[in-house]
Amino acid sequence: MKKKVLAAVMAAAMVLALTACGGKTETPATTEPAAPAADDTAAEPEEPAESDAAPEENNDAAEPAESTGELIKVGIINNDPNESGYRTANDKDLKEMFVEANGYEASFAYSNENDKQIAAAQKFIQDGVDYLLLSAADTAGWDTVLKDAQDADIKVILFDRVIDADESLYVASIVSDMEKEGQTAVDWLKGQGLSEYKIIHLQGVMGSAAQKGRTKAVDDAVASDGWTLVTQQTAEWNAEKAQQIVQSVINSGESFNVIYAENDDMAKGAVAALDKANIPHGVGKDVIVMGFDCNKWALEELLKQNWNYDGQCNPFQSSYIDDIIKTIEGGGTVAEKVIIMDEKGFDATEITQDDVDKYGI
Amino acid sequence: MQGVNFTLCEGEIHALMGENGAGKSTLIKVLTGVYGKDEGEIFLKGKDKAVLIHSPQDAQKLGISTVYQEITLCPNLSVAENMYISRTKGIGQNWKKMNEDAGKILKSLDIPAKATQQLGSCSIAVQQMVAIARAVDMDCKVLILDEPTSSLDDQEVEKLFRLMRELKAKGVGIIFVTHFLDQVYEVCDKITVLRDGQLVGEYEIKDLPRVQLVSKMLGKELDDMSDIRGESSVYSKEDASNHVFEAEGLVSNAGIKPFDFYIRKGEVNGFTGLLGSGRSECVRAIFGADRVIGGTVKKNGKEVKISKPLDAMKNGIAYLPEDRKIDGIIGDLSVRENIILALQVLKGFFKPFTKAEANKFAEEYIKLLGIKTASADTPIKSLSGGNQQKAILARWLLMNPEYLILDEPTRGIDIGTKIDIQKLVLKLASEGMSVTFISSETDEMLRTCSRLVVMRDRKVVGELSGDDLTQNKIMNTIAGGDKK
Amino acid sequence: MQSKALKKTGMVEICSKLFRKQIFIPIAALLLLAIFNLINDPSFYKITLGYNSVGDPVLSGYLIEILDYGSELAILAIGMTLVTAATGGQDISVGAAIAISGSVVLRVLCGTNSRPETLQAPIIVAFLVSCVTAMLFGAFNGVLVAYFKIQPMVATLILFTAGRSIAAWINKNELPIISEPSFGYFGGFIPGIPIPTPFFLAVICMIVAALLLKFTNLGLYTQAVGINESSSKLNGLNPMVIKFLTFVILGLCVAVAGLIKVSRFSTINYSVVAKDIEMDAILAVALGGNALGGGKFSMAASILGAYVIQFLTTTLYKFNVQSDALPAYKAVVVIVLVVLSAPIVRDWLSKTWKKMKLKLHVKEVA
Repeated sequence: MKKKVLAAVMAAAMVLALTACGGKTETPATTEPAAPAADDTAAEPEEPAESDAAPEENNDAAEPAESTGELIKVGIINNDPNESGYRTANDKDLKEMFVEANGYEASFAYSNENDKQIAAAQKFIQDGVDYLLLSAADTAGWDTVLKDAQDADIKVILFDRVIDADESLYVASIVSDMEKEGQTAVDWLKGQGLSEYKIIHLQGVMGSAAQKGRTKAVDDAVASDGWTLVTQQTAEWNAEKAQQIVQSVINSGESFNVIYAENDDMAKGAVAALDKANIPHGVGKDVIVMGFDCNKWALEELLKQNWNYDGQCNPFQSSYIDDIIKTIEGGGTVAEKVIIMDEKGFDATEITQDDVDKYGI
Repeated sequence: MQGVNFTLCEGEIHALMGENGAGKSTLIKVLTGVYGKDEGEIFLKGKDKAVLIHSPQDAQKLGISTVYQEITLCPNLSVAENMYISRTKGIGQNWKKMNEDAGKILKSLDIPAKATQQLGSCSIAVQQMVAIARAVDMDCKVLILDEPTSSLDDQEVEKLFRLMRELKAKGVGIIFVTHFLDQVYEVCDKITVLRDGQLVGEYEIKDLPRVQLVSKMLGKELDDMSDIRGESSVYSKEDASNHVFEAEGLVSNAGIKPFDFYIRKGEVNGFTGLLGSGRSECVRAIFGADRVIGGTVKKNGKEVKISKPLDAMKNGIAYLPEDRKIDGIIGDLSVRENIILALQVLKGFFKPFTKAEANKFAEEYIKLLGIKTASADTPIKSLSGGNQQKAILARWLLMNPEYLILDEPTRGIDIGTKIDIQKLVLKLASEGMSVTFISSETDEMLRTCSRLVVMRDRKVVGELSGDDLTQNKIMNTIAGGDKK
Repeated sequence: MQSKALKKTGMVEICSKLFRKQIFIPIAALLLLAIFNLINDPSFYKITLGYNSVGDPVLSGYLIEILDYGSELAILAIGMTLVTAATGGQDISVGAAIAISGSVVLRVLCGTNSRPETLQAPIIVAFLVSCVTAMLFGAFNGVLVAYFKIQPMVATLILFTAGRSIAAWINKNELPIISEPSFGYFGGFIPGIPIPTPFFLAVICMIVAALLLKFTNLGLYTQAVGINESSSKLNGLNPMVIKFLTFVILGLCVAVAGLIKVSRFSTINYSVVAKDIEMDAILAVALGGNALGGGKFSMAASILGAYVIQFLTTTLYKFNVQSDALPAYKAVVVIVLVVLSAPIVRDWLSKTWKKMKLKLHVKEVA
């Protein structure tokens, strides 16, 4: 019994420590907008437009909950910012947008667990926020709590991740289109006009939305354009695994001329293997290196022409959200239920230092 | 085990005797289907053909039940549940009927327990009886009791015997395995003696005096054990002025009353009392095995602080604990490692013995104590109980202690080793070592100790020495004034 | 003729003994993998000397890779074996702890700037600081297990959950990148030496472990405590201190592994660095035939087990097996292992060999 109590206390202490960590992390970061982001598991925006139906235009509970002029209260439920570089950038972006100067009073809650997120949502509803911004850890289980929000006249806006709930329960969802990201990259690759395409394809964690979207474009091109996949392996967003996979190909003596890595970390791992075997890579060299997510350090590699391409996965949803809130507060309705963000792809021959500073996460 | 014939009649209590490793357990395990047999047949009354027993379930179906030394029931279930566990037919269970039935059986066997009581709250003896009741209720014709008395005190043993006699009257054949000679002569009708996996013989109890039984078990003619005491008086050279160890008002957190104690150089003394009277707790306090919460101790007249076993060891005190399996052996380690452990710990973390040193020590003591083991590398758990005990004894002797505490060193081991150990104790004392010897068998204490501290209800109630050292005097002191 | 037969019986005897020996399991697994690769593609064993992009000589080939990437695991296996032996449980927080110690190394090297042009502190200082940190976290686990008597898996679950966030917090959630090339030596190659440095570091750890086991009673004490705590206590040992000590030693192993990990790419990824390595480390201990319930252990077998796991991983990469299917293959290995290490099977194997020996003997007589 004693043990159990102790364990419970420990767990509680741990959670506290975690939140404390999170809090401390943010404070210095806000002052320096372009600070390089931490890690990147990359490809975070999971479960994108899978469950979305046709956009609906009307909005049932569209009356503003409280009088304007005062600060608009928003409750933001996000995943743990330490989870990935994408998330860190995403959180920072939200923190910068939803401040008093912009007319907001924001409270944040972080968790990678669905039930904790739901508990946080319930608390926000009790606190009487005007808007609930949600990046759900899991797609399922949100119906009840969103219904409660609706009953309390609280508008829900989803960002980055969609959920399995009736569309009427939220105002809008702002997501990335992973398939489009992949297609942009593959189109760029087609444009390189290589005589033959022998590709090492490093995939993310299998089944994740980013992996599925970014893989599909390659698979399609392999089928239609007769490209060769030297190997197609998941390195699970992990640089070291990517390095081992590429090294294994090098050891086997098979030739290749493209590395298509579904995030920057894996591209980095692949490049380490190339360097070890003294295989030239980058603009005008033997092997084309492609990555995703636009980490700042990755864009710098592009700038140095060590890599060839980097696809963006846009973590900056706050301006979209701000627009929607402004529209609703102004008495308008949101035209599109599902909003897909603009995402770029950078070519090493065209990228500038400004791009690095602006888009690097 | 080879070529053993064994016959058990209806309504008979049959003792199965032999030293450790003689094959008693093997025979039982073959009878109950735990081990397979290579040759031979088993016959049961009412069946003209030999029966096949491949598993404990088969044995149970044929009415052969076993109650082991360690209780194999579930302490957190009720008595009734334990009696009927895994025996219900179908899914449903009529709890009321089950409790009533269990109550009836308990009553008919005069077992002091309620059907609904949690088993763990009963004394060990009662738990053992419940196990027997369970076996009896399963229409058993053959009941095997494997050392059921080793953790019971005299009164509890008496109760168990009463139960055994009742069952006998009902026609159940009982196989009784024990190390206690007194008990054999008290309840048994016949004795079968095994030695080295072979049958020595089957005897009517009245035809086989104790001395002969012992010599049959050991396989050699043996002088009566009481001779040891004679030897001891030759050895014993107590130095009355020199108190090697002294304790005053010593008390530990194990629930004993503060006690005073001393031992002289070259003396063998003992703690006696009923099981649970606090004998072990006293010596554990001396050794620092339990947390000492009061009192002072002196070593050779100088006050010392003993708060943990290592302190005691540094002061030349060694302690052979009561429960060999739990507190003594380190099962998976080799005999060698088990022997050198204490001295090694004393020597220090950064000074391990070389292989050669360790081997030398181990070989020396294996030879000295006659430890039967394939090699010093054999894991100690594969040795027989007696030899394990010798190895643990070797561990402490290797430390060359000034003061050796032996808590039940002879429990559960064969007679040969028992005598060896008693002789050794007296020899060590004659060489100047002080020894505290604890045993449940009073005659063993009488043979070895020259002074006995008597305990009752976790309190020291008396001290006997010289002419007072008789069975009667001890009994009277243990019983004390409370006897009305 | 006779001598040949004699030789054969001798072999059989050795084999029969080997079956009962602990190290039999990893050796058998290694042989199996080695033979499989030999049959499939002997070029698996080809080692070539080449030059990397900086112009330093490097050896490359599958075997070199195994030695390289298996090193962190081998280092962890050392500590994990001790923890397993003494506590009868495993530390599942080593991956997270590696993230922490790696993060500390980077933090010390970078100072306040996450992209320093020059190192802000000598590497050795950074490493020592991370050693202390990792040992403190080890001590934290150790206290929970030894003093509060929490199940090791449960106790280390705390750090397992929180560790990566702590690692991120240490660097203020920024991404430090070290440009100084000498920092990359620990996870790569020292110029002029074509053998990967991690392997050297692993060998150093093994030597230290061997010396520790030879010149102290660490082995005897941990085993005694793991087998029978109560008895160890009565022999003057302090089980608490010993359990605690094993966790601190594991902390030291974690610090070395952490240095290698961050040195490989001169940076860190808090969420994926050394991901799932705890499971591999535990598997290495199990593959070494050590009882996960504590007690007797063989350090050599654990270390061999670690390299066998990497051997398996590399083999699977070579055959282009989806790497997310790797856990499934490892699961198969675990099943085979568990079956092989069951006393029944080993007795049976040993008996079968004895029978063969008898048959041989009969033949010889005939």
